[in-house]
Amino acid sequence: MSTLLEADNITKTYRDHRALDQVSVHIPDQSIFGLLGPNGAGKTTLIRIINQIIGADQGTILFDNEPLRPEHVSRIGYLPEERGLYKKMQVGEQSIYLARLKGLKRQEARKLLTGWFEKFDLMPWWGKKVEELSKGMQQKVQFIITVLHKPRLLIFDEPFSGFDPINVNLLKDEILRLREGGSTIIFSTHNMGSVEELCDHIALINKSKLVLEGDVREVRKSHSTRLYEAELERVHTPVEQVLDGRFQLVNTEQRLQSLTVRIRITKEATPNELLQSLFTCGQLTSFRELTPTMNDIFIKQVTGEYPTGNRKKTEPFIQAGQQ
Amino acid sequence: MSKIATIIRREFLSRVRKKSFVAMTILGPVLMAAIVIVPVLLAQLSDSDYSVAIVDDSGIFAKDFRDRDNIYFTPLDTDIDNAIERMHDGRFDAVLHIPEVAFQAPSSLRLFSEKSVNFNAKLLIENILKLEFESMKLSSAGIDEEVLRSIESPVNIQAIRISDDGEQMTDYPEISMGLGFVGGFLIYIFIFLFGSQVLRGVLEEKTSRIVEIIVSSVKPFQLMMGKIIGVGLVGLTQFLIWVFLTLAIVSGFQAAAPEMFRFTPDEEVFVTGGQVLNQEELQIRREAIQQHDTLAGELLEGISAINIPVMMLSFIFYFLGGYLLYAALFAAIGSAVDNEADTQQFMLPVTIPLLLALIMTQMVITNPGGTVALWLSMIPFTSPVIMMARIPFGVSYPELALSAALLIAGFMFTTWVAAKIYRTGILMYGKKVDYKELWKWMRHS
Repeated sequence: MSTLLEADNITKTYRDHRALDQVSVHIPDQSIFGLLGPNGAGKTTLIRIINQIIGADQGTILFDNEPLRPEHVSRIGYLPEERGLYKKMQVGEQSIYLARLKGLKRQEARKLLTGWFEKFDLMPWWGKKVEELSKGMQQKVQFIITVLHKPRLLIFDEPFSGFDPINVNLLKDEILRLREGGSTIIFSTHNMGSVEELCDHIALINKSKLVLEGDVREVRKSHSTRLYEAELERVHTPVEQVLDGRFQLVNTEQRLQSLTVRIRITKEATPNELLQSLFTCGQLTSFRELTPTMNDIFIKQVTGEYPTGNRKKTEPFIQAGQQ
Repeated sequence: MSKIATIIRREFLSRVRKKSFVAMTILGPVLMAAIVIVPVLLAQLSDSDYSVAIVDDSGIFAKDFRDRDNIYFTPLDTDIDNAIERMHDGRFDAVLHIPEVAFQAPSSLRLFSEKSVNFNAKLLIENILKLEFESMKLSSAGIDEEVLRSIESPVNIQAIRISDDGEQMTDYPEISMGLGFVGGFLIYIFIFLFGSQVLRGVLEEKTSRIVEIIVSSVKPFQLMMGKIIGVGLVGLTQFLIWVFLTLAIVSGFQAAAPEMFRFTPDEEVFVTGGQVLNQEELQIRREAIQQHDTLAGELLEGISAINIPVMMLSFIFYFLGGYLLYAALFAAIGSAVDNEADTQQFMLPVTIPLLLALIMTQMVITNPGGTVALWLSMIPFTSPVIMMARIPFGVSYPELALSAALLIAGFMFTTWVAAKIYRTGILMYGKKVDYKELWKWMRHS
């Protein structure tokens, strides 16, 4: 897969702190690229550098295999996290204005806008002032303005904040459609659920440094804790008896007919061997790997350990066992 | 640079379409025309009629009182008590009692009235009696009035300005002073009015966060310049409409009622700009009127002596230059703060030179060629206001050129400084900014 944007060794220092330290990201063409990191990690700085709003102190950026140039702004669409519109200006007029700043002709902008406005049911609001629109509608207008000039690269910074669930889905569909249409999307967010749902690639920035980059499935696989969950029915032999030292029983949970067990496999064993052992206990009804969620990985990378949330699941069991 | 043009267009149209702009544009000329027309109307239509009964016990003076304007005199043959009774009946507004000894003891004169005495009537009566007493004293001293009149020697120095190439021009310092002050004051008002519009516009973009969207399409500098130029064009448009409409209204009135604009000596004696003059000034005025046909004539002559195209062109130049210089600073302030309340601390140093210029205008118009005037009209921060005050008196072209060049350099400098502050400030939120911080932004960007 070719690379649309290649940022290498980007360093940016503000007077009192280093916002980015030797950060490199390669964004594959037609991918949805999740840019993750806690607040203040340097995401916005990186995005602003890609948008040429500010300059990097060091490092190079290639856009479509060319060094990034001012003319490239017309091929990039940016939806900032902190975003707004002129409150007193009419919605349609304002959209045309912002589209023209991206280099579209007036007539062309009007035509494209009409299409998008109809799609998002905004047409009745064309002549209204922005302050008369609800926050959700303003967000829709901002989204339209971002994608209107059909940019090769779209950068969304927390795009779903301020949207209700229905509109979030509408937007997700549009983002996927834009990708199908040939756009590449950088997606900066804290919302790990949407990362797993949408992103192909991720980069995680923490304390100005890149700590993780890669394909989402690869990342999750590389963060495997080798923890598996199995459900058994009609258990005739206790699970503890069939497991040897290569397996570690994390917990068990009895629910009516079925028994749920979570088992960690050490490096010497394979899932197949675990399955074979489990077959001897009873009827196996389900078996899956408990890969860490992106949320878990995020928190692990930032704080150094997996969230305590995982352990919560075991609490009812322990309490039951004590009784 | 079509993006800058797009920004200028929005800044211009969004302001010109506002109701407040339309209202100001129409009301401004109406107000300015009113300043010219209302005093004339007031002098013309001052109050209702005022009738004064005269009881002249001396029998000498009653014949001297002639009705004037809306003040009517009626000599009565009755005694004073009867006259006052008739005044109470509502036949007269006032009764003037001239006792027999009036000439020897002027303080014995009395003016009775029910309500407060009409001040104009009192002045008129005093003036008439004063003239009469004077001529009586002259004749009792054996001086013929004819002789006295022939002695009177009007002195009126014509001030002539000679330019380097020998061109002669009659000078009218009073008119130059008036024009100079008005010009300087207008520049001050315009810079303030439109400079603060730039500030508010920048602040609006920052607080509404639309700037985040815009800076991904254009450079912060383009956005800043687009706003400054757009608002400047609004100011220029407003100014030109004002000049045009004011002239239209005033000349319309003049055409509709030309007799109202003819200054007659009588009115000039009593009323100038709605203010009643004291005796001493009255005397001076009377002499002045004897010397000139009419004040209006002098006014017209004086105005024609001023180079109107140069005035207009320099006004436009100094307005634009001064505006650009200050608007850049206002834009920088708007970008540095988070809300309007925080602007105060930075506004002060920007407004002080402007205010100083306005205050110094008073001094400059009395001594337009002085050292202070010269320096203040060279320093770009004060030159727009001060130079406008000097131009009606005539400023040599090399001086004008130097001042203009310095002003251009000045606004290029402030724009350069402002751009550095602006591009950092516009994306900086929630930070309490002080001068130290601004200085760092300037050095590091």
